[in-house]
Amino acid sequence: MTQHYPALLLVTPLLAAFVISAAGWINRKWCFPIAVVALTVSAWCSVALLLRVMKEGVIHYYLGGWAPPWGIAYYVDYLNGLVLPVICIVALVNLISSKRSVQDQFDEKIGAFYTLYVLMFTGLLGIVITGDAFNLYVLLEIAALTGYGLIAMGEERAPLATLNYLYMGTIGACFYLLGVGYLYIVTGSLNMVDIARILPPLYDSSAVLTAFVICMVGIWIKMGLFPLHAWLPNAYTYAPSASSSLIAPLMTKVMIYVMIRLMFTVFTPYYVFGILDVSDSVVWISVIAIVMGAVLALQQNNLKKMLTYIIIAEVGYMVGGAWLGNRDGLTGAILHIMNDAVMTLCVFLAVGNLVYKLKSYAFADLSGAFGKMPFTMWAFVAGGLSIIGIPPSCGFFSKWYLISGAIKSGHYEFMVALLFSSLVNVILFFRIIEITYFEPFEDHAHGHHGKNIDEAPLSALIPLLIVAAGLFVLGFFTSDFVRLIIQFAIPKGIV
Amino acid sequence: MPDIIQTIIGKYNYWIYITLMMIGFYAIIAKNNLIKKIIGVNIFQTAIILFYVSIGAKWGGTIPILQHGHGEGGVGAATHAIKAVDYINPLPHVLMLTAIVVSVATLGVALSLAILIYRRYKTLEEDEILARIREK
Amino acid sequence: METISSIKPLLAVLVSLCVVPFLLLSRKPNIREGWTFLAGAVKLLLVVSMAPVILSGKEIVCNVYEVIPGIGIAFRVDALGMLFALVSSSLWIITTIYSIGYMRGLKEHGQTRYYCFFALALSATIGVAFAGNLLTLYLFYEMLSLATYPLVTHHQNLEARSSGRKYLLYIVGTSIGFLLPAMLISYDLAGTLEFSRQGFLAGKGSGHLIGILMLMFIFGFAKAGIMPFHSWLPAAMVAPTPVSALLHAVAVVKVGAFSIVRVLTGVFGTDLLGSLNLGPVILFVASATILIASLIALSQDNLKRLLAFSTIAQLSYIVLGIGLLSPKGMTGGMLHIAMHAFGKITLFFCAGAIFVATGKKNVSEMKGIGRRMPLTMAAFFIGALSIIGFPPCGGFISKWYLVLGSLEAHQMTILVVLLFSSFLNAAYFMPVVYKAFFCAPEESMFENSVREAPIFCVLPLAITALITLGLFFFPQPFLELATMAVNNILGI
Repeated sequence: MTQHYPALLLVTPLLAAFVISAAGWINRKWCFPIAVVALTVSAWCSVALLLRVMKEGVIHYYLGGWAPPWGIAYYVDYLNGLVLPVICIVALVNLISSKRSVQDQFDEKIGAFYTLYVLMFTGLLGIVITGDAFNLYVLLEIAALTGYGLIAMGEERAPLATLNYLYMGTIGACFYLLGVGYLYIVTGSLNMVDIARILPPLYDSSAVLTAFVICMVGIWIKMGLFPLHAWLPNAYTYAPSASSSLIAPLMTKVMIYVMIRLMFTVFTPYYVFGILDVSDSVVWISVIAIVMGAVLALQQNNLKKMLTYIIIAEVGYMVGGAWLGNRDGLTGAILHIMNDAVMTLCVFLAVGNLVYKLKSYAFADLSGAFGKMPFTMWAFVAGGLSIIGIPPSCGFFSKWYLISGAIKSGHYEFMVALLFSSLVNVILFFRIIEITYFEPFEDHAHGHHGKNIDEAPLSALIPLLIVAAGLFVLGFFTSDFVRLIIQFAIPKGIV
Repeated sequence: MPDIIQTIIGKYNYWIYITLMMIGFYAIIAKNNLIKKIIGVNIFQTAIILFYVSIGAKWGGTIPILQHGHGEGGVGAATHAIKAVDYINPLPHVLMLTAIVVSVATLGVALSLAILIYRRYKTLEEDEILARIREK
Repeated sequence: METISSIKPLLAVLVSLCVVPFLLLSRKPNIREGWTFLAGAVKLLLVVSMAPVILSGKEIVCNVYEVIPGIGIAFRVDALGMLFALVSSSLWIITTIYSIGYMRGLKEHGQTRYYCFFALALSATIGVAFAGNLLTLYLFYEMLSLATYPLVTHHQNLEARSSGRKYLLYIVGTSIGFLLPAMLISYDLAGTLEFSRQGFLAGKGSGHLIGILMLMFIFGFAKAGIMPFHSWLPAAMVAPTPVSALLHAVAVVKVGAFSIVRVLTGVFGTDLLGSLNLGPVILFVASATILIASLIALSQDNLKRLLAFSTIAQLSYIVLGIGLLSPKGMTGGMLHIAMHAFGKITLFFCAGAIFVATGKKNVSEMKGIGRRMPLTMAAFFIGALSIIGFPPCGGFISKWYLVLGSLEAHQMTILVVLLFSSFLNAAYFMPVVYKAFFCAPEESMFENSVREAPIFCVLPLAITALITLGLFFFPQPFLELATMAVNNILGI
């Protein structure tokens, strides 16, 4: 059984989605438990796979027993071995945490919501675990389409924001597909490892160059790298809380994973850094992304929108880190995939709790929230400290590696951008802390003892507090993650 | 000179798909009506599908179906060597079946979003929608 | 250097962290204060229990956990750290007594929050004192910044909000903008962040780079109030006086000065600084701060702001001492950490006592107050003498060493700076004392009859004033610790 974990990981939520869809018509109360069970099974499998990879090395799993290049291969190495549990745990925590808000918001459509949720989860897992380039496109679109559905279920401006996301997302995915097509033309194979084996003699052909460029641009559109980010703020802001807490932490990070996989496994570092000479320009693009993300975040009056611009800056961190081309930079990027997923989850869950009680994202409506919802706000502060990069939270350590990589490679502009972004984040988060801590709450009810704590329900609060504590735990054990997992995920060509 | 002409004419499938792709892209960006934009998305995707199918084509190739006598099934059917060059490549077709499904699904999602938007704003013209949003 | 492995440093840091839940759950204020006392006493006991080991010439290490491959959170108690830890932990208990008097006297709100963050701040201070490498130092430095923000903005009014902003901007801004890159560049150059006797940057990197790094570190530790990053200190005076007293006269600013000393000696090392002729650079920056701050203090009417600028000047004495790079000079600088702490805290306690008793904040309003509050103003006088550097107060000893040090290092200009700034100190302190004792009180200024402040306020300031006096006669163990530390560094 255990050797089939790669398949079980994916098939369980896939089948569960259909069961949930059916259950939604029969009895709505069954949807949530089925989803929890499915996600727990996947989480279990993903952790087991990671442990197996740490013990035995890379796992090759052929679906249906068909060997590549005919069959589709699943391929678990240190890199996706780390990302898989991150996805599972984030999705699971979010599922539990958003139970109440989903119930209140989507009463009759609960079946549909959970179906889409679990399907998106499947898509994300599939993107990470697959070793076949075309299979990745299929799963990419599964994740994207279900994402569109999840986002569009929000209020007011959600459908229009989703439609704009759809245009750009489809263009991005199509570019990726095109790139895969070019690769197929020159190599005749769709299996990633196979392509990597066949490509080296063909490195000077323009088809390979085109393939690389088109794939990269497609992935960049999907991850929201400035200036291809225009779809992100609106789509993530107007989505319902439960959806945005799933999509915001995961989607962009999975796309970063795809980029790293393409750069380092399919087109080896020798090609990307040795033959192509664009890494400097890409680092500059990420510098601009970081700075613009920070500057645009400063101009926002809407808490959730401010957070989405922070995500855009974080994408810049990871793209820059990967393209620095040295060990520390890539370690920072991979570490940040994990750290940023957890940080983003923490702040989005906190904002979800805030909006559940206060019904608004605008700064003006947040005054005095510290008094009313202290635990949520403390978790938000913890997330904010991590995003700023204060030790011993995990955000500090990924920044450590990124800055270290910048110094070692001589890209001081990247270091300056990272520091600038940290300083701007200080302003952003302490502005919120000021508004929620200083101004007295508007209609201060005359409750006993003057303290009127009206916190979010426990099912939403406890997961949030666990995630906030997790930020510091992850930070504390950074060395273990790096020594045991990440350093093996870095290909040998990188110093 | 003949070389360039050879390149242009020889690679006509590339030029066609690029042109189609740009038409779709133009529709997405420049058109005001949501349905036209969605059609643009579809054209964009179709261009890529066309490209893939075109790369599998060969001069003088036939349909990739093996013809053999009855009584031999499964693996035994390939008792004599196949000359792959006689058959057009079936793999891109197979891949594109999947891509077409994806394209249709995307179209479905996009159209349902358009319906939602129409119900809310009573119009499908983007500039009017934005105006109505700003009013609120 | 023989080292002993012990968990005591970690415990000393954790004591006040662990007491926070108890503080939060206390029903009655007396229980809450009782927990704070208990934590303070335990912390002081732990620190004191480690003192004999240090004084006998050994060091205590405690490696907690490796957080980045090659660097961990680690504690190393040596003479310098012990000196600072003794000062902070002893003063915490005294300040707690004072806080009770002050906060209850003014019926302040949010007292539980106050005591919790105070405990956290002290935890961070001891963490900095015992830090064994630059990463641990940075971690606790940032923790201190964050723990003191709610204390500075305690009153939660508009003034507190803008002061809090300034506080954050200067302190967190410089630590992220200067400290973090400096730390990472140093790590890149040296491959380690462990403080070592002759600095771990010895022999790595070009002269210019080392110079720039040194400046980044000095300005990065903005808590030390080196100009031009000093403005947060006067702004932070909006905090309740016990906060100002401990944090800004002792803990926060001392953490800044201590960190600079630690970095200059443990990261750069006196040899490197001497060979690159960076000593004069440090001296210039420190002297400028001393003179300008003392001059600004002359013009201040608000007593706490006057004391704030005095602190800025005094902190630069510590940096000045290190910049002299001579044995007596460095000893004087380190000793000043202790002497200034006791002297300044006495002054702040007095300022707060005056505010509790009369509600007055400005010197011009304090005429004749010495008649009404003789104990308080006597203590103020002693504190002022110590800061000026007059015998028989402890401050004289550290100033004496600084003077000897500048002679040793043949820096005559520094000698002039020292003497002139002492003169300036007298110029802004003596008028206060004069007005208090020798001016006739204007009866209309005082609404009620003025008595001394509550006993909980007067007792601590009397204690610290007596200690200030006592340190003149018995400067051990601080002098011994400072001398040991300097001998370690210079390899004597």
